[in-house]
Amino acid sequence: MTALLDLSGVTKAYPGVVANDSVSLTIQPGEVHALLGENGAGKSTLVKMIYGLVKPDAGQMSLNGASFAPSDPRAARAAGIGMVFQHFSLFDALTVAENIALGMENAPPMRQLATQIKAVSETYGLPLAPHRLVGDLSAGERQRVEIIRCLLQEPKLLIMDEPTSVLTPQEVEILFKTLRKLSAEGTAILYISHKLEEIRALCDAATILRLGKVVGHCIPRDTSAAEMAELMVGSALKPPQKAAGASGDVLLELRDLSLPPVSTFGMPLREISVSVRAGEVLGIGGVAGNGQDELLSALSGEVPVPVGTVFFKGDDMARAHPNARRAAGLLTAPEERLGHAAAPDMSLTENAMLTGAAREGLERNGMLDWKAARSFANRIIADFDVRTPGPGNAARSLSGGNLQKFVIGREILQRPEVLVVNQPTWGVDASAAAAIRQALLDLAQNGAAVIVISQDLDELMEISDNFAALNEGRLSAARPAAGLTVAEIGQMMGGAHGMEVAHV
Amino acid sequence: MMRLEKRPQPSRAMALATPLLAVLATMVFGGLLFAVLGEDPVQSILTIFWQPLFGEFAFYYRPQLLVKGAPLVLIAMGLALGFRAGIWNIGAEGQYIMGAIFGAAAALVFYPLEAWWIFPLMVICGGLGGFLWAMIPGLLKVKFGTNEILVSLMLVYVAEQFLSSMSLGLLKNPEGYGFPGSRNLQQYASAHNAEIVSGTGMHWGVVAAFIAVIFAYVLLTRHRLGFAIRVTGEAPRAAKFGGVNPARLVLFCLGTSGLLAGLAGMFEVAGPAGQITIDFNVGYGFTAIIVAFLGRLHPVGILLAGGLMALTYIGGDIAQSQLGLPAAAIQVFQGMLLFFLLALDVLTNYRLRFGAAEVA
Repeated sequence: MTALLDLSGVTKAYPGVVANDSVSLTIQPGEVHALLGENGAGKSTLVKMIYGLVKPDAGQMSLNGASFAPSDPRAARAAGIGMVFQHFSLFDALTVAENIALGMENAPPMRQLATQIKAVSETYGLPLAPHRLVGDLSAGERQRVEIIRCLLQEPKLLIMDEPTSVLTPQEVEILFKTLRKLSAEGTAILYISHKLEEIRALCDAATILRLGKVVGHCIPRDTSAAEMAELMVGSALKPPQKAAGASGDVLLELRDLSLPPVSTFGMPLREISVSVRAGEVLGIGGVAGNGQDELLSALSGEVPVPVGTVFFKGDDMARAHPNARRAAGLLTAPEERLGHAAAPDMSLTENAMLTGAAREGLERNGMLDWKAARSFANRIIADFDVRTPGPGNAARSLSGGNLQKFVIGREILQRPEVLVVNQPTWGVDASAAAAIRQALLDLAQNGAAVIVISQDLDELMEISDNFAALNEGRLSAARPAAGLTVAEIGQMMGGAHGMEVAHV
Repeated sequence: MMRLEKRPQPSRAMALATPLLAVLATMVFGGLLFAVLGEDPVQSILTIFWQPLFGEFAFYYRPQLLVKGAPLVLIAMGLALGFRAGIWNIGAEGQYIMGAIFGAAAALVFYPLEAWWIFPLMVICGGLGGFLWAMIPGLLKVKFGTNEILVSLMLVYVAEQFLSSMSLGLLKNPEGYGFPGSRNLQQYASAHNAEIVSGTGMHWGVVAAFIAVIFAYVLLTRHRLGFAIRVTGEAPRAAKFGGVNPARLVLFCLGTSGLLAGLAGMFEVAGPAGQITIDFNVGYGFTAIIVAFLGRLHPVGILLAGGLMALTYIGGDIAQSQLGLPAAAIQVFQGMLLFFLLALDVLTNYRLRFGAAEVA
């Protein structure tokens, strides 16, 4: 049997970095093949070459035995390759069918397309109404739109980039059923992820990349997650050390916090009540877009909230603006690093000034002390191992992980009493993520209350004392994290979000 | 093939070099334009850039440089604060007119009383006039989310109508034999914004322009408010996260630019212009937009750009009278300056690469 896709010696270099160094990879028809690696290992570059977005500098690719060199994604799609990206490219204000038609070469008339969508979605257990607005769909349903868009082209190889990062455990099960059915019908799947248990459950074979090179192959079913992790990182990882959560006084309390949506397709917050104590780490899980950003904005003070809903050490903080909250000791770090937590084109010194002015004494009577800001920035860089030539460099010149360390470090060094972080390790490599988690745990150990909002359940289970989940803007009751089962967590996250389990 | 590659961070060298490159490119292409019009290009460029400074009649033109440059710098400085924060006051011309009317009216109310406090009162009223006129788009934006570009621009035309009604009505000179226009403030000692040193062109408006530049420089580099302005322009969400109140910033930026434009109008009507007339405004408020960008929205840059713009105005006048170049050609020449500046601006954040294109 000839391989469906065969890559040999594929190399791609960017200025200053070799993204892929002589990578070879073989995928058989119907095989579910995992591509494993840390951020920056070269997974994205590799699939971009297969999908025709990037041209390799050297090496051969062949598809069904014939030489394959797609000049653009259109050529790749014509050759039978489909790709579902991690970030969806959908228009909120258009319907499912309209969105799908936009991505097709020769879209059939809308009514015919709707019938096709229905047919495909039923065959593969991905129920989806063609006439619904995408803006009203959950993240899992949006992903279905992307998958169906690919399936309508009847691909021989489906590439999926981190597909489960936006799904609840129940939704992951549904997706896996679909993928297994596709595989049984002969469609090969190239599955990119760093979630090892998922790969063990789903994939037939795995190729592991590190720093652009293939460092190993394995059969995931027969390999332990720890072994795969070691191959990925190159050394054994030190899991964060967590002391028993000593619970002190309640530092932050939310009482029936409700907030109307900011934009048309925004998520409202609905009657959120929760409290965190000194020394406690509260993990807040949930699928993206269920109110995480809104909750953080309400706590940071960017969005005004009704009186009597946010209490900090017993004082009503609902109307306090962001800097008043900082001065009191309530600090936050938003998810979006570039443009929200930091100004991309401004230097690290200026970004240190952005939130550090009040608590670090960087301003006096409105006049700014840039020397003090620079030394504060230097302190963050040193304490949190931020890799940069110096504090004069622009925030956008840092890699995602380094900037995240800077952003988290900036808040932690201000000795917060309550710290709220959203997606603290998103897009951060494993060792930096471990360092950030350890820093959050140390902060709680020293008597602060920490709220970690994240979509990474493994992370939350690792560091949280208590766990709650956001679903449709509602926060479930917080429960001790120890002893929670995956099924229970999934239920707290809203189960399958009303999506039916595949009837296959 | 040529392509643009994003720089990891903005280039400081390029930020300084692009205005000079833009001036050079304007000289080259302006020279070509003049050549097509049948003039000697080198002679024309020399007439515009050399004559006012070092020519035979430079003793007359040099003071004019200050007289024309001061209102441009004063207005542009205020506009630049807003532009830095992404708040677009396009109606400085209207605020300039209102400042002039308020300032002149404050003096004319007391005519012919001579008192030391009349001129300071005019300064206050002139600034207030511009401030209030700019508050209209400001408050509308904050309360109802209107677009300040449209509102401030349209208010220019309202201000122009108000100007003609004032010069034909309330402020008309009762001893003016029925001609439109107010009394000439140059003949009213207490209200006259005279040259501080005779023959230099240095009047109080020039002093105010220098003070504004220093004030803006300190504000932008050392003060919390200036930092808020810069962060808001670079990343509005980050600014909000950092505790900036966007509504207050809109009011501050529009208010300050209106105030400075109003002051410019007041100094102009009390000094070089002398009186409120139907055609009192000559477009300083619009030209100042070019000055602000030519100076890269930086206080020192604006000082230099104001001087350069004044130079092209005066040089353009000389070229018109001596070489007979059409006024439109001079305006095209000035427009080129802004065009090249904006076009070359891209080099601050991108570098040019020559070679095969790369899809990424």
